[in-house]
Amino acid sequence: MADLTTNFAGIRCPNPFWLASGPPTNTGDQVMRAFDAGWGGAVWKTIGDPIVNTTSRYSSVDWNNQRMMGLNNIELISDRSIEVNLREIGEVKKRYPKHAVIASLMVESKRETWQDIVKRAEDAGADGLELNFGCPHGMSERGMGAAVGQVPDYTCMITEWVKEAARTPVLVKLTPNITDIRTVARAAKRGGADGLSAINTINSITGIDLDTLTPRPNVGGLSSHGGYCGPAVKPIALHMVQQIASDPEVGIPISGIGGITGWREAAEFFLLGCGTVQVCTAAMHYGYRIVEDMIDGLSHWMDEKGFANLASFRGLSIPRVTEWKHLDLNHHIVARIHAEKCIGCDLCYIACWDGAHQCIHREGYAKPEAAVAATRASIAVTPIAKLDSHAGPDGITPPERIPHVDEDECVGCNLCWLVCPVPGSITMEKVETGKPFESWEQRAART
Amino acid sequence: MSKIDFTAMGSNPEPRTPNPESRVVNPASRFQEIHPALDAHAAAIEANRCLFCYDAPCTAACPTHIDVPRFIKKIATDNLRGSALTILNSNVLGLSCARVCPVDVLCEGACVMVRENYKPIEIGRLQRFAMDRFYEKPDSAWSTPSPITHTERVGCVGGGPASLACAAELRRRGYAVTVIDNRPLPGGLNTYGVAEYKLRPQDSLREVDMIRSLGVEFRQALVGDTISLESVEKEFSLVFLGMGLGTMQRLGIPGESLHGVIDALRLIERYKTAPDFQVRGRVVVIGGGNTAIDAANAARRLGAAEVHLFYRRTEREMPAFRSEFDRSKVEGVRFHWLAQPMEIIGFEGNAAAVRFVETRLGAPDHNGRCAITPVPGSQYQFACDMVIPAIGQERLTSLLENTRGITVKNGLVVVDRPTGRTTNPRYFAGGDCVNGGREVVDAVADGKRAALAMAAQLEKSSG
Repeated sequence: MADLTTNFAGIRCPNPFWLASGPPTNTGDQVMRAFDAGWGGAVWKTIGDPIVNTTSRYSSVDWNNQRMMGLNNIELISDRSIEVNLREIGEVKKRYPKHAVIASLMVESKRETWQDIVKRAEDAGADGLELNFGCPHGMSERGMGAAVGQVPDYTCMITEWVKEAARTPVLVKLTPNITDIRTVARAAKRGGADGLSAINTINSITGIDLDTLTPRPNVGGLSSHGGYCGPAVKPIALHMVQQIASDPEVGIPISGIGGITGWREAAEFFLLGCGTVQVCTAAMHYGYRIVEDMIDGLSHWMDEKGFANLASFRGLSIPRVTEWKHLDLNHHIVARIHAEKCIGCDLCYIACWDGAHQCIHREGYAKPEAAVAATRASIAVTPIAKLDSHAGPDGITPPERIPHVDEDECVGCNLCWLVCPVPGSITMEKVETGKPFESWEQRAART
Repeated sequence: MSKIDFTAMGSNPEPRTPNPESRVVNPASRFQEIHPALDAHAAAIEANRCLFCYDAPCTAACPTHIDVPRFIKKIATDNLRGSALTILNSNVLGLSCARVCPVDVLCEGACVMVRENYKPIEIGRLQRFAMDRFYEKPDSAWSTPSPITHTERVGCVGGGPASLACAAELRRRGYAVTVIDNRPLPGGLNTYGVAEYKLRPQDSLREVDMIRSLGVEFRQALVGDTISLESVEKEFSLVFLGMGLGTMQRLGIPGESLHGVIDALRLIERYKTAPDFQVRGRVVVIGGGNTAIDAANAARRLGAAEVHLFYRRTEREMPAFRSEFDRSKVEGVRFHWLAQPMEIIGFEGNAAAVRFVETRLGAPDHNGRCAITPVPGSQYQFACDMVIPAIGQERLTSLLENTRGITVKNGLVVVDRPTGRTTNPRYFAGGDCVNGGREVVDAVADGKRAALAMAAQLEKSSG
């Protein structure tokens, strides 16, 4: 069985699955229930001077009847007093000494205020601190959260203040709402951060109610931009994590955040160098119980791949991300359609014609419009046994509906393979070009 | 999206009828629909399963070529009016077709999902959802007459699906159209002949009302009797023949005129127009087609203690759709194969039993049909209280036989398939009188094709 125990920047925990700072870590009772469910750590809902929230606070993007592909919130930090939060942290740590409890902090940008909250959180028993420089809404209007995280100098300065006082590891949580996340990551490193958490939520307006013309969430007829998270943001988060992890000037542990709903996404973040992952939306959607499959699935995958522990595969995909100019221009693949698996939806056909390079064809039709016109002009009748010799549909894909690829013209873009609903019906096959590796950089230098 | 209250469907305003005395009734309790309606959320879920195939096989399989993925995606985006109009633009009887089409051998049978080992998209139920929503509040463009932009007038003989489709298409193209039907209510078999658990008469009449509101004129007359074809020809530039088939064929055995013998179409018409029509005791249905099944199911639902269907071939040769056969088993109909009726035996003027002879199937002929030979000495009697013959409709073309230059072959009007044009260029034809008795959707397709050809012909002749 794979070993999932984790030591992240000096913070120890039974597994790398943490709950991110947010509604699921609002109270001690919640965090203890989460630990009972199997979570290895929890980053407490951000502690600071209590705020007042609005109703409503969330909105989401559904996709094809799946709820909450993306979630947006305008909720602020904890609305409970610092004292209550810290007392509960102490209670949790007493009962769960082996689990990681990280205090997420956000106070106004004054050295003594920051150092005061740092001391109090550590005295309460926190295993580490996470500086919330990422909250993109509300708090940023008051000079906190993303207002700090979007300015590298502020990030560095406050991290320094915190490090002056801190005895536990300090993580800086980064906002993605910035042109190049590496500039802030480097600033946090300069300020002495022991680790980074990335990413926080992305500025968003999820949608507009077409009856009231008010964007969601609707707070008495008005809305405000919020922070976007959930499965939809994973690709953005992965890219930012990769940028940080690949940056030689950063070089500190990363706790990956953004759209992780199961072990597969978690594995992806680990492969791009993360030491732990943090989850919020999925726990809000389904409850703490989702961690069971995260642990179980990751363990089975690690066993299958022969990874004894997290360190044995952490970062393995980082070298496989490079700049475009280093990719092999002589690598060539083409699409192959496997007729025996094709169900004849012809989505590849129209995708190639309208969205790619017009190299998938249906016999007898120069253009897709001609196929449709032929269908419109055809005469179909209800097959009736006593009047017809044929019995109607037989469950076999009609050969004329199975498209074929003009491999000489195929640019190997993947689009047909992506739209095909049947696994294995289209494969992308390597074609030997007989030419050696040549990148754009090499070609440009040569010519 | 607000939920739809389908329970409110029954309280729709009564359809306008040309003759209040013949108002049809809906004995709702005994004719629960076989397929429950989808609610808005279920429809959205089902719509989202659709792959949105290109040049979709379902569209190709539909005789009226409804752009199925398009109307389904419009359900998914909650563009319900757009969805309904997509359907109606191809098939003006989209409401009744959604209910009566044998979708498993048409659109749903062609669905690519079948080949992925998944359930096909429930196209029929989605179409019904879109149509039900439309008829709750028809779009204004479909409830006001289009302007008449041509001088030529077109007459459609017969008030069934083929004529209705032809009339609606031509009227929308600016031609004045009159539908002439001898029944008190238009709609043909949709109103009178389709089993009520599939299509309620008021649904058929709602479609008729919609077509009327497009500006189509309806006239009650029996062509060939109260008015002659000659006078029809005088009034109309072109004539569409969509008069369907005749009455049910007789069995041609003794005892057929006994009390308690009622053919399937008359039975269906009777119960659809008489609220208190009941069936009691043990019923014998003779025939193996879809109408026989409809009658057998109806007899069960109307109160028959036992319904026995006798067919002279076997389950394998039965012309009824598989889904219909399966349905009737659920309804409790019992089946007797290889049985040919010889005589209906009466008692005090009422049908009391049927004498059958066992049959044997011979080798299949060139059409794949097996010849039947009675087995000597195998006769038996089957006691019953009612006999329902259902062995097909007469091919009724006496009106046309060798007149007006319209060629009739085997009792069916001969037409050019893509245009519906008969051998007399002023006459077009479609529906059962041409195809020998297929589905509503086939009649609609015939009517629509003919309408397009008629419009083209008129435009050409008017230069």
